[in-house]
Amino acid sequence: MTDILGLSAAQAAAAIEKGDLGAEELFVFYRERARADADANGGGLNCFTWVAEGISDTPLESGPGWSDGDGTAGAGPLAGVPLGVKDLFCTKGVPSQSGSRILEGYRPPYTASAVTALTGAGATLVGKTNQDEFAMGSSTENSAYGPTLNPWDRGRVPGGSSGGSAAAVAAGLAPWALGTDTGGSIRQPAALCGIVGLKPTYGSVSRFGMIAFASSLDQAGPLTRDVTDAALMLRHMVGRDHCDATSLQFPHEIELPSAERLDGIRLGIPEELTGEGIEGGVLDAFKASLARAQELGAQVQNVRLPHAPHALSAYYILAPAEASSNLARFDGVRYGMRAPDATDLLDMYTRTRHDGFGSEVKRRIMLGAYALSSGYYDAYYGRAQRVRTKIAEDFRAAFAEVDLIVTPTSPTVAFRLGEKTQDPWSMYLNDFCTVPMSLAGIPAISIPCGLSEGLPVGLQIAGPAFSENRLLDAAHALERALGFDGSEARA
Amino acid sequence: MARLARLELSVEEIEPMARELSAVLDHIAKIGELDLAGVPPTSHVVELTGALRADEPRPSLPREVALAQAPAVDQDGFLVPSPQA
Repeated sequence: MTDILGLSAAQAAAAIEKGDLGAEELFVFYRERARADADANGGGLNCFTWVAEGISDTPLESGPGWSDGDGTAGAGPLAGVPLGVKDLFCTKGVPSQSGSRILEGYRPPYTASAVTALTGAGATLVGKTNQDEFAMGSSTENSAYGPTLNPWDRGRVPGGSSGGSAAAVAAGLAPWALGTDTGGSIRQPAALCGIVGLKPTYGSVSRFGMIAFASSLDQAGPLTRDVTDAALMLRHMVGRDHCDATSLQFPHEIELPSAERLDGIRLGIPEELTGEGIEGGVLDAFKASLARAQELGAQVQNVRLPHAPHALSAYYILAPAEASSNLARFDGVRYGMRAPDATDLLDMYTRTRHDGFGSEVKRRIMLGAYALSSGYYDAYYGRAQRVRTKIAEDFRAAFAEVDLIVTPTSPTVAFRLGEKTQDPWSMYLNDFCTVPMSLAGIPAISIPCGLSEGLPVGLQIAGPAFSENRLLDAAHALERALGFDGSEARA
Repeated sequence: MARLARLELSVEEIEPMARELSAVLDHIAKIGELDLAGVPPTSHVVELTGALRADEPRPSLPREVALAQAPAVDQDGFLVPSPQA
């Protein structure tokens, strides 16, 4: 009898290939776990906004005219391993609501390219996962469909915005899941849930069919139990897509990581992201990980990222500015909900948006509209774009001295539900260590590196654009040495 | 600003929104302290050339599929309230 829950996604795919496990058996196993959680009516983690009936619910085509495959569900190297997909990925005929009331019941007529890339390679869709509304948040408390709970402590948040994906993987309700990261929305929930999360180089995965938040920052990536699974998923996601003009051909194949040592690897520690504001227990776990890295042969040295402390301010201009523009499309005309009994067209727009958007989304739309408005544009948006240039220059200079940069992923462990909802800036500070990499467009991975107060701590490793293979190798070596055990959350 | 963003805010939403936005703006304003003279703005983070796809016609969504998710439809189009009631 195979211990299905104990298998990573890569191990499950291998077991199916060998004939030790049936794809249908694996799908039903996870569907039943996901369904039990979804049906628990407040007694579960609320990871899913929709759970599949069968493998036949898996979308394989993008849409009419974009069809890129007529394959069979479950056929391919991913061998039918079920995938949780963040709600904001459009999936044909399947609810795709981006955690928002304004898209309640929306079933898109096409599927996101990142999803068809994975289903085309054999992954099956087990469910859509909960998220902060339009990916705006760091706790999944901003979902119109209720908060997701952290499987390590149900009184705490799973992080966000990909909190449903992270909690589902940590709790063993999905073997792996797809998320998106704009300022930390894959890495931070991965850290808070004790799993692996990778934000790839901007442009390496198509954004086509992702319900947009901030287009110059949004990037899809894997949330997985281990680094090998992250590499396996990423391998089948990257590539140029003619439906996304910002996507590009990844310069080489993503390899499955094999490194066990870090000999000759120079790790840079930026003092700006590893001092003030980082919780003591998080810093202890971070320092212990650095000691492990040195035992594996890495050279650890200090680097400077002088503009990194300003990244959060720049981000909270740029991301809301892009959001205020992207979210203009939700007007009650073509899809989603419409407020009833409007007196005229403008009244219909404003009341639909009043009823359909949650308070954080309204806050960001207001902030973005303000930052872009005549007379303030240069002081806010223009300056933020210049800060972004300085941050990218800081990273380039640092990578002339070191191979990779290491920081804690999140300044704290998982916090209590409701603890930060009254003070937006305290919530935004969750992204302090992850936003600089987002602004620079470079890849970064979070791996679990220990516990503080019984809760997982994430270690972030960042590298230059397209250094994913090096990043995954280093993460793999450290993961082996650290030996983090996440099985408690799956119990 | 809410009017500009096509948002209606209820009376009880206005005060907390103003307070929270002011607090966020106070933090954001710190980038005003930086000397950014001569620094070019970032328009795109990775170098891209030839991003345009071939200009070839291809099928789009059939009309009935495009209309299927709309809150209100009249014949072949989206139905909306009159601009001036």
